[in-house]
Amino acid sequence: MSKNTTATDGAAPPEAPAAPPRSSAANWSKPVDRLAVGAVPTRAMNLNVEGRRLVGPVQGFGQLWQKRYRVRLEGADASPEQVISTWKGEFGTFWPKGNSFYGPITGIAPGDVALLNLAAPGGQTLSTGVLVIYADDESFTFMTPEGHMFAAWITFSAFLDDLAPVVQIEVLLRANDPLYEVSMALFGHRQENAFWMATLHNLAARFNVDATATLEQTCVDRRRQWKNAKNIRHNAAIRSTFWMATHPRRWFRRTGAA
Amino acid sequence: MTTGTTTVEVRQLSPGASAIEISGDVTAASEGPLMDAYASASATGAKVIILDFGGLDYMNSGGIGLLVTLLVRVQRQGQRLMAVALSEHYRQILALTRLDEAIAIHATAADALAAAGV
Repeated sequence: MSKNTTATDGAAPPEAPAAPPRSSAANWSKPVDRLAVGAVPTRAMNLNVEGRRLVGPVQGFGQLWQKRYRVRLEGADASPEQVISTWKGEFGTFWPKGNSFYGPITGIAPGDVALLNLAAPGGQTLSTGVLVIYADDESFTFMTPEGHMFAAWITFSAFLDDLAPVVQIEVLLRANDPLYEVSMALFGHRQENAFWMATLHNLAARFNVDATATLEQTCVDRRRQWKNAKNIRHNAAIRSTFWMATHPRRWFRRTGAA
Repeated sequence: MTTGTTTVEVRQLSPGASAIEISGDVTAASEGPLMDAYASASATGAKVIILDFGGLDYMNSGGIGLLVTLLVRVQRQGQRLMAVALSEHYRQILALTRLDEAIAIHATAADALAAAGV
């Protein structure tokens, strides 16, 4: 038998009374079999979420990537909890233009389903969504549905580093199917990185900080999970493009194009 | 303020199986101890790695993410990863995240060993 090192991420002073054990029960979503979308604006393209199952890195196809985007809010007068509270309440407003997040107006809480309309190449829009699987005062995590570009968990968090709040987005993802995997290699990684770097820059500006985010990325698993190639049947990009082609009037009305 | 400790203990259950007994909190900060424990558990040549969550107090989404990276390492070595002594709450979380499709869940280490045939 061997005992390994204990990790501590914050220690109470020796003389403090023992704190009761923490419970994460309220921070996690209840089990979900199929997603259900609530009320969304009529301008939203509501596709590829209702009735879909969640998929995580185990269910994806492509190589497994871990990416950490960070921005330091030097000089910001805000605690990590305040940063997260603001982020939850105004989440979609920090996204680059052309991308929309349709979540509950009450903010981000475990079990919430949000519809996403994402700018895709060629002026197309990709409709997909996310489920909030976890949320506490310092972080929240999304999980993606079948058809999304990624089978992923995306965690948004804030913590103190040398008295300054640091905001982080950590993504653990596999491309969901072979088509997305090719797209990632060609332009998807670049697009993804630009998206979150811009989001963090916009979030920093919300706290009057002009800062550029940093990125660390690692390919955790270079193997592709060929047994999950069949995920392509749910591909939201294909389905969204087909919908736009077969509903041109609704699409033009939605986009305001002439 | 987030506080918590992760304690892990490695125990060889059989020539082909080792257990990693986890106590306290499992968060992103637990990566070092957990991966070190896995290295110890594998050093004996174990083909089955059993995560014993009987002492688990708290796990957030960062902790769940660690299970994925651990799973990748296990699979790369041709090993199997199992979990035992999960509370109903954490069983539901492994079902929610669909990790239970890759990590077999059993009530006890004895059940896991019997299922694994080691």
